[in-house]
Amino acid sequence: MAPKTIFEKIWDSHLVHAESGKPALLYVDLHLVHEVTSAQAFDGLRLNNRKVRRTDLTLAVADHNVPTDDRSRRDVVLKDEVSKAQLDALDRNAKQFGLTYYDMYSENQGIVHVIGPELGRTQPGMVIVCGDSHTSTHGAFGSLAFGIGTSEVEHVLATQCLLQNKPKTMEVRVNGKLPAGVTAKDIVLAIIGKIGTGGGTGYAIEYTGEAIRGLSMEGRMTVCNMSIEAGARAGMVAPDQRTFDYLKGRRFAPQGEAWDAAVARWKQLPSDPGAQYDKVVEIDASTLVPHVTWGTNPGQVLPVTGKVPSPSDYKTAIERDSAERALAYMGLKPGTPIQDIKIDRVFIGSCTNSRIEDLRAAAAVAKGRKVASTVRAMVVPGSTHIKHQAEQEGLDRVFREAGFEWREAGCSMCLGMNPDTLSPGERSASTSNRNFEGRQGKGGRTHLVSPAMAAAAAIAGHFVDIRNWN
Amino acid sequence: MDPFKKHTGLVLPMDRAGVDTDQIIPAVFLKKIDRVGFGELLFHSWRYLPNGQPNPDFILNKPQYKGATVMVAGDNFGCGSSREHAPWALQQYGFRAIIAPSFADIFRNNCYQNGLLPVVLPDDAVQTLMSRALEIPNYRITVDLENTTVSDDHGFSVRFPVDAFAREKLLNGWDDIAMTLTKADAITKYERTHVPARGA
Repeated sequence: MAPKTIFEKIWDSHLVHAESGKPALLYVDLHLVHEVTSAQAFDGLRLNNRKVRRTDLTLAVADHNVPTDDRSRRDVVLKDEVSKAQLDALDRNAKQFGLTYYDMYSENQGIVHVIGPELGRTQPGMVIVCGDSHTSTHGAFGSLAFGIGTSEVEHVLATQCLLQNKPKTMEVRVNGKLPAGVTAKDIVLAIIGKIGTGGGTGYAIEYTGEAIRGLSMEGRMTVCNMSIEAGARAGMVAPDQRTFDYLKGRRFAPQGEAWDAAVARWKQLPSDPGAQYDKVVEIDASTLVPHVTWGTNPGQVLPVTGKVPSPSDYKTAIERDSAERALAYMGLKPGTPIQDIKIDRVFIGSCTNSRIEDLRAAAAVAKGRKVASTVRAMVVPGSTHIKHQAEQEGLDRVFREAGFEWREAGCSMCLGMNPDTLSPGERSASTSNRNFEGRQGKGGRTHLVSPAMAAAAAIAGHFVDIRNWN
Repeated sequence: MDPFKKHTGLVLPMDRAGVDTDQIIPAVFLKKIDRVGFGELLFHSWRYLPNGQPNPDFILNKPQYKGATVMVAGDNFGCGSSREHAPWALQQYGFRAIIAPSFADIFRNNCYQNGLLPVVLPDDAVQTLMSRALEIPNYRITVDLENTTVSDDHGFSVRFPVDAFAREKLLNGWDDIAMTLTKADAITKYERTHVPARGA
């Protein structure tokens, strides 16, 4: 048999029906649902008198809208009535259709892409979908995971399948070892900088190489998470012992004999030697430095040692035009050293960087220091479990003593659907995934960085090279 | 879904690349739980000034493009989030087709689900349409899905590539779920033979 990539193995084993010239009908092992992209899908089911086919393979959680301030009192009603209506709709839909639903008071609540892995629902070899583009995160476990629209959410609810055209495959090989101070976030920002925000369009990416193998599961999730920022719907890392060690004993992971059988099955997933990809991109991790975005898409990114570019640095008229617009929106002058850019806000959170390892990295920088008087900084754990774990480790005290706000779990200021937003003109160092215009609040200016870089920026009041931090 | 066969309409030149879904419809407007009322929110941050008045400099607000139904834009149109509210907003504003050198994958799928036609044309063809839409008053083009052509009354006519199945679906206004449910037996069989072994 011809050697296969991990993508092809998962694709082929999930084909329910295939016909030449038509999209394949793929089976979905896990369908994650949140409040923002599901209400209209449930309406569609009701309108057509349809049920959810597999309630056991569907999991709903409140994350995008939830406020991140104190949740100790259930009788305090959400101030934002529209957000409340959307959360109430998911609550009603989960009850009517018989779904497991973690509301904002549940101990299992958190960002959908954080809780799936944390609870062991995300497993190698699965097809996982969610009405959210950052579903690619779950690919870190060697699953095929991608975002879908609301019509497709309705399709999966009704049929547990999805009609999909087969994407091409791209190997992104990250050779060498990461230098100290350089993280998974810097790897993925460097990849997006290299291939561009459309470079992965039409592809499922598999990340390989020594530097990827060396990453923790948290780091692999950060890399896979931002695949979509390069245009790729799915990013994957083949499972290995580190994957199995992460999953073992988690609440919904297989137990006992079933665990051994699962691991034996998962060990068959990695791409076969000699498997061919439609495209191969290589980068050298050993030469990477911390990265900071300067513009209004994640491809407009620079090493922290760099200077804000000039439109004339670009070859094409379109790139020059994009750079001009980005500079105007971001309020930056060409030639400004990145480290001279002052910030007003810091956000440590989001499905990209809100896991325990991210919080530890930020806390290590913040310990015994103070947030600059000109900066407001917040830490938003990715899930309620992470929040509790961090509190057991004393990270919350480190953050609070340094002047960071310590908040409840949710998507928060990554996209500002809840009250956590930038005001017009405010500039943030953010560990999230998108620096689009207005993403964190209308008129807000976002620079994407790693958790350690964000914490250092909070303390210094401007960007600093974390490699020189002591 | 309403079928799409052929459409002639006024062209709006959106002369920029990488128009992301946060621009098409900002996240703060995704809280609605029905499918209507998104048209007036389209391009909200670009379209309205801080005081709520229309921004006269934004192309959508220019009187000569009032009533545009076909948009011509730069590459990687619709990049970013999976929000289907983006095609809903475009469609509810009145757009029937978007022409660009490339589209983001999820956005393109979402368009197909709603009968909004994403048309991929080479850079030079897009540039030609863009220039004409900027220079020729009341510039209209015809997007013909049956013959897979884009044409105008000034001699422009090109074929565009489209997935054969997506084309058939749009021409007929077929519903994906109803089609998949005709395969219910195959799904049941798959569930019996494959899913338990996976431990899911």
